[in-house]
Amino acid sequence: MNFWLLLLVKVGLVLGVMMPGALVIIFGELKISAHMQSRIGPYFAGGRFGWAQPLADGLKFLQKEDLVPADADRTVYKLAPYVVLMGTLATFVIIPFSPDLVPRDLDLGVFYVLAVSSLSTLGVLMAGWSSANKYSLMGGLRAAAQLIAYELPLVLAVIGVAIQAGSLSLNDIVTAQASWQWFNVAPEWLNVISPFMILQVVGLTIFLIASLAELSRIPFDMPIAESELTMGYLTEYSGMRFTMFFLGEYAGLVSMAAIAATLFLGGYWVPGLDGDVLNFVGPVVLLSKVMIIAFLFIWLRWTFPRLREDQLQTLAWKWLIPAGLANILVTAFFRVVF
Amino acid sequence: MPPRTRKATTSDRDRSSGGHAPVGCCRIDRDRDAAEVRTYPQIIALVNRIDWVSGFANEIPFVGAIEKLLDIEVPERAQYIRLILTELARISSHLVFASSYPLELGASTPLMHAMREREHVLELLESVTGGRFHPNFNRVGGVKPAAGGGSTMKKLTQDLPAGFLAAADAAMHNVLDICDDIDRLVTGNELFLARTVGVGEIPGAKAIEYGVTGPNLRASGVKFDLRKVESLLPYDQFDFEIPVGNNGDCFDRYVVRIQEIRQAAGIVRQAIAKIPSGPLRAKVPRILKVPPGEAYVRAENPKGEMGYYLISEGGRIPYRLKIRSASFSNLSILPWVLEGALIPDLVAILGSLDFVLGDVDR
Repeated sequence: MNFWLLLLVKVGLVLGVMMPGALVIIFGELKISAHMQSRIGPYFAGGRFGWAQPLADGLKFLQKEDLVPADADRTVYKLAPYVVLMGTLATFVIIPFSPDLVPRDLDLGVFYVLAVSSLSTLGVLMAGWSSANKYSLMGGLRAAAQLIAYELPLVLAVIGVAIQAGSLSLNDIVTAQASWQWFNVAPEWLNVISPFMILQVVGLTIFLIASLAELSRIPFDMPIAESELTMGYLTEYSGMRFTMFFLGEYAGLVSMAAIAATLFLGGYWVPGLDGDVLNFVGPVVLLSKVMIIAFLFIWLRWTFPRLREDQLQTLAWKWLIPAGLANILVTAFFRVVF
Repeated sequence: MPPRTRKATTSDRDRSSGGHAPVGCCRIDRDRDAAEVRTYPQIIALVNRIDWVSGFANEIPFVGAIEKLLDIEVPERAQYIRLILTELARISSHLVFASSYPLELGASTPLMHAMREREHVLELLESVTGGRFHPNFNRVGGVKPAAGGGSTMKKLTQDLPAGFLAAADAAMHNVLDICDDIDRLVTGNELFLARTVGVGEIPGAKAIEYGVTGPNLRASGVKFDLRKVESLLPYDQFDFEIPVGNNGDCFDRYVVRIQEIRQAAGIVRQAIAKIPSGPLRAKVPRILKVPPGEAYVRAENPKGEMGYYLISEGGRIPYRLKIRSASFSNLSILPWVLEGALIPDLVAILGSLDFVLGDVDR
């Protein structure tokens, strides 16, 4: 097939899966949070269950005025939302949906994912700086500090997986989970079902906490803490650009959940299936694993208050990074010795 | 939403260097401009609106002051009804705190649960008084005939609406349940503890110095509750405890309030069990003229000590009415407690003091 045509199909696939995915997560958050709070949640939009509420919200934002503050750095201000959205969308390029359905299988897939997913914080910093607003600036700076602190445990958690799988390609990591031997120490019958979430449980925990912080969701939402910073870096945004941030946040949630599902939960793989069947059901399996992790994120968000800035930094530097280093050490030890 | 108070702070590298609360943004001069040109029954409707989260509790010390000058003995049933409704107001006020305080720290789920139970408590108040926030139910010498009590022709025999006592008992059961829920969701929450324990500590002696009263004072370990000391209402007939904290930090202020909800629910249940029958109101002249004299009467409001200093020169209008409101005095400790606090902790400390703007500015 023509290279450009293929590229178009792949881009269409990424956008066609991820944008509705973000909308589904938004709807899920509306409904789940409502039920956690003894409310009903959206009810009327779309006729049944209020399924069209995220669309209605998006349409409402489209009609709003696109305000740019007088003192703002106009170019940067207008560009920022797209940088955020682009950073998260670009991670989907390498997520394997099934053995053959991979938009682009890079050898350095894990490295690429981590590099690209931190791009969106650049967009946040741009938004904070260009808004010419003290709350925006403080929110942007907090986001930057948070990124630096939590990027490290995120990487350290992933290194454990890379060591265990012996590869940086996401497809290889999934394959490794499908055929993993428990360091040759476990009995034969245990060798079959073992996604990395079992052996790398420390890594999974660190990864989930750090990705919550990367997404700056409660309990790590210091950048937009509304009781101190109004809305942080979002303060000046309205209309379509606000929607972009909003979508970017949820697309980021989907992408982080997809990465976690691929690295730790076995991605598209389910025990007992292989070949063509897996090619067929793989995307569904991956998406359901994504939904499980997204539910966890939503659950945490509606349960916890937010951490203070210093507590947030303490958690990253004093607990998560040492734990991540220890995890690498133990994993490497088992890998070399057994 | 209540109007926001202005918070003036200066900061140095994420630490606050003290601050002051420029009060007066919500000033309505209830004591001077409003009260001193109105007759006593008219003022009862005004004092409702001081601490609007617990409107009923504001009326008690005011009618108490008038009754003291008039030297009236309030019938026992009226006293019991006043007591039940005051405790309901206390529960509703503390439930507002239990819902809004975690929200200020970023947790929004307790809001809905606590507000739902508060709604049931407000329904009880409404069924008796006809008003959710501003009952205007006390009369000099007793209480008004209840809203759902029947024909207005039988003014002095009208009573609580049918089924009120059973409904109140059931509601108290739910209130105790929601306290357990809040405990499970918030009190033991690691992140909530991290945000509140050791934050904004006020030693007991400091609290007394600044005139802090109510749950804020008790959180600092001072066991002082006007309900036990000198009460207008028959609190001595009930068995309840005064919860106190140890450190006077935000967490203690929170826990003391949750405990007070439990104690108040217990008081209401006891009062329901032994409410006497009898008249609702003492004999009071139709045109109320208060003899010359002075009286200061105070009571334990949900927010702290609320007192009315009333000077009468005879006649239908008070000569002077000075309102001592709890939130105003509680806020006076802000410059001291905010000194050196982290900026993100300002919200935690302000929220934990649980003030109401109407109560600050009167």
